[in-house]
Amino acid sequence: MTTPASTPTLRPAQGDASDLAARFPGVVSPDTRPGFSGFTIPADKLVEVATIIRDELGYDLLSSVTGVDYLPENKMEVVYHAYKTTGGPALVFKVQVPRDNPVVASMTPIWKGAEFQEREAWDLLGIKFTGHPDLRRILMWEGFEGHPLRKDWKEAFYEEDAKPFKSRWPDGKHVLAEARNPFSDNLRFPSGFDPEKMTFADPEEALYRSLKKYTFEDADGIQADHIIVNLGPQHPSTHGVFRSAVILDGETVVSLKPVMGYLHRNHDKIGERNTFLQIIPYTDRLDYFCSMTNNHGYVLAVEKLMGIQVAERAEYIRVIMDEITRIQNHLIFFGMLLNDLGAMYTPALYAFEERELILDIFEAAAGSRMMCNYYRFGGVVRDVPAEALQKLRDLVFDRLPGKIDEMERLLTENDVLVSRLKGVGYLSAEDAINTSMTGPMLRASGVPYDIRRADPYSIYDRFDFKVACRPDGDLYARYMVRVDEVRESIKILQQALKQIPEGPTMSVKPQYQVRVPAGEAYGRIESPKGELGYYVISNGKPNPWRYHIRASSFINLTALEMMCKGEKIADFVAILGAIDIVLGELDR
Amino acid sequence: MYGKGMLKGLGVTLVRFWNTYWDDAVWMWRRVTTGDKRYHSKEGIAHRSSKNARGIFTVQYPEEKLPVPEEFRYLPFLVYDEGADGKREILCTSCGICAKVCPPQCIWIVRTNDPLTGRPVPQPAEFYIDGDICMSCGYCAEYCPFDAIKMDHDYELAAYTRNIYDLEKLLKSSTYYASIRPANAAREEEARKAKEAAKSARSATHAAAA
Amino acid sequence: MENKESLNLPGYEIPDELKNVVSVTALDRLYNWGRRSSVWPLMFGLACCAIEMIAAQASRYDLARFGMEVMRPTPRQADLMIVAGTVTKKMLPAIVRLWNQMPEPKYVLAMGACASSGGPFKEGYNVVAGIDKFLPVDIYVPGCPPTPQALLNGLILLQKKIDQESIRKVRWYRKGPDSVEIPVPILGPDLIDPRRIPDIKAKAAELASTPAPATQS
Repeated sequence: MTTPASTPTLRPAQGDASDLAARFPGVVSPDTRPGFSGFTIPADKLVEVATIIRDELGYDLLSSVTGVDYLPENKMEVVYHAYKTTGGPALVFKVQVPRDNPVVASMTPIWKGAEFQEREAWDLLGIKFTGHPDLRRILMWEGFEGHPLRKDWKEAFYEEDAKPFKSRWPDGKHVLAEARNPFSDNLRFPSGFDPEKMTFADPEEALYRSLKKYTFEDADGIQADHIIVNLGPQHPSTHGVFRSAVILDGETVVSLKPVMGYLHRNHDKIGERNTFLQIIPYTDRLDYFCSMTNNHGYVLAVEKLMGIQVAERAEYIRVIMDEITRIQNHLIFFGMLLNDLGAMYTPALYAFEERELILDIFEAAAGSRMMCNYYRFGGVVRDVPAEALQKLRDLVFDRLPGKIDEMERLLTENDVLVSRLKGVGYLSAEDAINTSMTGPMLRASGVPYDIRRADPYSIYDRFDFKVACRPDGDLYARYMVRVDEVRESIKILQQALKQIPEGPTMSVKPQYQVRVPAGEAYGRIESPKGELGYYVISNGKPNPWRYHIRASSFINLTALEMMCKGEKIADFVAILGAIDIVLGELDR
Repeated sequence: MYGKGMLKGLGVTLVRFWNTYWDDAVWMWRRVTTGDKRYHSKEGIAHRSSKNARGIFTVQYPEEKLPVPEEFRYLPFLVYDEGADGKREILCTSCGICAKVCPPQCIWIVRTNDPLTGRPVPQPAEFYIDGDICMSCGYCAEYCPFDAIKMDHDYELAAYTRNIYDLEKLLKSSTYYASIRPANAAREEEARKAKEAAKSARSATHAAAA
Repeated sequence: MENKESLNLPGYEIPDELKNVVSVTALDRLYNWGRRSSVWPLMFGLACCAIEMIAAQASRYDLARFGMEVMRPTPRQADLMIVAGTVTKKMLPAIVRLWNQMPEPKYVLAMGACASSGGPFKEGYNVVAGIDKFLPVDIYVPGCPPTPQALLNGLILLQKKIDQESIRKVRWYRKGPDSVEIPVPILGPDLIDPRRIPDIKAKAAELASTPAPATQS
């Protein structure tokens, strides 16, 4: 295996975050609320300051954009997390706008990666972004009533603001949730709603209008027939319930819009009702291939808020579980990518065999094959049983390296695979950074940005591993980056399994009511699919004020249209497969 | 060279194909020499989920079942101790911690009240778990201070109707619990004994002081 | 044919005059055996449970042993809809449309908590509280997610159900309310089930007239 070291020249970091306030005296002010950090920027100066942040301070990767509804203060806040692709901590900046008319300048001209996240903020919180090219609802359908993440918006099965609900105990006769809702089926209509007089816009109309914008671009006078093709939501190649509306010129993709929300399960809203502990099993169900890494990101954020250390043995167990999860995820990636390319079943079945053996270890340690719910604040719930650890050693030292070689023999040089993947779906390093790509997608474009190295969390700084990186930016590079990553993960696992110390697996006493001081925290990890971030705001109460997931699958789709334009429709399936999306995380 | 990569890949599938027969042949030999069977036997299933697994990987459910590990969790159940006269002593004190910690809030508890004084008695009058809401997270078992609610290993629960479990359906004996989770049960028993020993020692010192 | 009595056992009534007519029961058995051994599921996954469904299809659990490995991506060739995962309101019209496109005989298996009742996501504003509100569910498999073995258990239960059906009584050979298409829900301000429009209208009017409705904000 060779890991090419050549990387394109990146914008050098020229400034420091700390002199931002000094640079704009009276404009940019540090956020002084206890537990909060970053800078507050007035809404009218946002574009100006953000341009400086990107161009002069060198924060070229806009990781997360999200809104927060501060109902008591009657304010809406938009929070931005920007990073340098050369590594280092975040620059957090915020804009506050009045709640009754929240209008913020869009960041899409500066960072294209803000596109979907701003649409999400519009959809769920009703924050308008001026200058956004395509501000439509993204997770809910066009015509849905209200903005559900607003604090005064209540869902149909609303019981109380926060769990635990009082009706369950001490005299909680079992009541079906349906009985608590006047329309019984989790429905909620505006007051006096009359379904027979309904006049609402066709939810699809806005989508097609946004597509059509592009059809008139080639005004050469030749009027070729463009057809709209909808792939999904029920389509075997979309990895679940993802949908794309594509405009085709013959077989060539002219324009493409991803349509999502078919698995929008309201993680953010449910998270705000949950206590901090109750959120952990919900994080399992985000990226359901990698529940261990999902847990990790979330507990990292809350541990930051609580300011607690993690038990030494638990840190090792976490790294071991994260890395074996990564191997398992990438194995499935190979299988599914090949499924998408038409090599039905054989690679997928081979991958699933190894995955089953890995899931056996999860089952023995955490109790469940997929929904592990294994991490707790301060450690992990229980030690890995001795026989499971032995099995893990067997796999990591004896079986998996050979199986990766076998997978490579099967696939890497296969002429059909090479010709389908090489040179297809090109994405340059600049575009990848600008569209906030993370994870293998970014590394396949030649940017060696891996959070385990760039901003180390847990104990990743103790291990010797290389950041897998390929400069080509095509599908083959994305495939090869994953192959390299599996090998690196095995290397980390071998080191961790040799070094793992004895000791307790929890640094604090396990308890069901955790006290989380007020403040904000952004915990991010290098999940197998990219940067997985959790933005948590606590106001000292048992449940978080805001719980937001920065999902890598979701944001990695920003570049989908860019990669697909000019490619054939058959390659769209491969390009989508190579992003490695998972719908639970995409739609949340 | 064009086609070389494909031939290499085909070689992999050919080896896999060959392995299914080879492994069966190896086990046929083992059957003759040691009596171990590859199918429908414990060692056979263990082989098929070990690092040496090759060839046929299938576990032939329902004829043979993949053993679940001790920590495996599916749906919760309530533990009762068999009393001396065959009475069921429910360990649950209806403290409500499981209902409070349950992430999807699928546990409903009705406390028992003493008919004379009206004071609550530490025992649930009714206990419901909506099996179709339960997310099998295991928090109820993890945080129960009385070891009264545990996660079951039984996954063969498919039914023609919705699954709402009441007290009668939820109760299972402590012997059953010890049989599915022997190590946990032994550890809890030890802790209980240590606690009782400490308690009696404390009361003994109290008595001595008095 | 030595076990003639047991053929008459399955849970349906056989009229007296037909009790000894071997051909009817034997045909039933043949018919059901053919159907139960080739239940082709729709290749259709919604969420986490779909991964366990794929795992059940992969080498370790191998659905092919039950004749169910032929996952059809098109509803026109499928017999069984395994609703594997959370049904969201946005997805529901597509699911109902798929169901309408499936030819009879067709079955629904609600896999996991979410498909059965909304599960842990029940309280979410975009989640349907159980697919049984819209489709006639035959088997409920609890679990979150059900392990592949639990799913196989559910499928075996479905086979048992098929075994008990009689060619003379099955709904797809008769005209009746069961073969009516399910109206596709509409995405309005919230999900609207066309069958419930009068109900919703009455309820909404009632809520509008009451001064402080409990669930409206």
